[in-house]
Amino acid sequence: MELTKEEDLALGGEYGETMQTAYRILVATGEATNAQKLIPIKWAHLSGVNYNTIGDAGEEFLAKLSKSAKFKVMTTVNPMGFDFDKVSKYNLSDDFVKKQQSIRDSYRKMGVIPSFSCIPYEIFDLPEKGTQVSFAESNAAIYANSIGNLKTNKESAFSALASALTGKSPYSDLRVDDAPNLTIRMKIERPNEMAFGMLGFFAGKIADNSVRISGVSTMDKRSCKSLCGGMGTSGRCGKFVLGEETPNSEKVDFGKKEMQNIHDELNTAEKGDIITLGSPQLGLEEMADLSAMLKGRSFTKRCMIFCPRAVQEQARKIGYANEIERAGCEILSDCCTCLSPLVDKNDVDSVTTNSIKGAYYLKNSNGVDVNLKPLSQIIQDETK
Amino acid sequence: MKVIVSGKAHGIILKTNMPINFLGSIDKKTGMINDKRHDLVGKSVKGHILVFPHGVGSSVGAYTIYSLKSSNAAPNAMVCTKTDLTVASGCALANIPLVIVPQEEFGRLESGKQVTLDTDSGKIS
Repeated sequence: MELTKEEDLALGGEYGETMQTAYRILVATGEATNAQKLIPIKWAHLSGVNYNTIGDAGEEFLAKLSKSAKFKVMTTVNPMGFDFDKVSKYNLSDDFVKKQQSIRDSYRKMGVIPSFSCIPYEIFDLPEKGTQVSFAESNAAIYANSIGNLKTNKESAFSALASALTGKSPYSDLRVDDAPNLTIRMKIERPNEMAFGMLGFFAGKIADNSVRISGVSTMDKRSCKSLCGGMGTSGRCGKFVLGEETPNSEKVDFGKKEMQNIHDELNTAEKGDIITLGSPQLGLEEMADLSAMLKGRSFTKRCMIFCPRAVQEQARKIGYANEIERAGCEILSDCCTCLSPLVDKNDVDSVTTNSIKGAYYLKNSNGVDVNLKPLSQIIQDETK
Repeated sequence: MKVIVSGKAHGIILKTNMPINFLGSIDKKTGMINDKRHDLVGKSVKGHILVFPHGVGSSVGAYTIYSLKSSNAAPNAMVCTKTDLTVASGCALANIPLVIVPQEEFGRLESGKQVTLDTDSGKIS
């Protein structure tokens, strides 16, 4: 990879340890993805905010980094482990709360916009078409490349952090126009959001950097986010293109059998003790939908709703939030179904959700069983 | 071989043909693989030359690699056939040698063998 004189000096330590570390990460990731050079980016979105995922080593690393480092470009951040407004209602250890606070403070010191959301594409205006960004959250990177007309690598927590510190990123495959060499033929008729999530999970497993999906003409927001979430969870694929198959690409069908296999892999319980909605977090459109579906109905068990704080505030002004709470839901912001310690295996054995991404992490990280159901079915079975 | 993070390392090969999701399948303090669906379940990556196709899943997995190093539970080096940014950036920050090898060479590496990886000479022997 070719570096400019300035970049080379930074890598050599001329501008201090932080810059040297950042450039070391950019060069390693550039080499790894066959990039020829670094390019400027306009917006970095960071993962590595939840104490549950980054642990003591991560907390200490960020505390040390924030003593001198400042972000050079617009930088937004992923969800934390919990909602500070509601934390007293949960049985979290003081140590967890303290460490999470330290992580939040470190990011603030370095100059983030405190979004604490995995759906930056729904709460910020997207820059003009073709803008180079660095998104670490996998569902957001896939959304940005596939729907948002932006360009990003499927960044890691550290490569996006290095981008935020330097305003640069390697010019890798996904930033250059990348034509998928694999087409997945969607064969499921009248797919709901869970079918799209499983399609994403399936695609992530077999696709390389990008994939073409045929047989899908339109998707609503919920289905689209489910697809992005599922795809980001299972593999390294960072982009999909909707369209008819091309003659020279490899083709794989996603039909009933393939969907059943994914379902069997992720669905481990007949029913859930509680319900969680929002992985990725719910946007305003989904909050509106949910409040309409819940008119005159109430949940018969605990239901946790995860949405960004900005969305909760808007939903409250319009009245959606009150309707959703009236139906018995708890609305939580700044955190997400995935990897939240609020879902604790000592309290619950199983969770009902429509999220494929959520299902994977609930099972693997939280250690609880998962009962998968589409939202319409959840409303039908779990409310009256 | 293609060198992503340079260095020299010695250890016993721990190999899998399955990709690894560093977030959610490895204990970041002990290095123990705890994903029941993974064929390395119950084994620790600590002190090994970890040989696997590539990383998958969450971008936060890079922090797991850094945490493993901070807890002295990291592999001494990693060998993959494909790159992903999570493993590359995690190894870069944690200073764990990382190389990409062609499929044939990957095929020749066997679990349990004692080897030395030297990115200067480009050899695993």
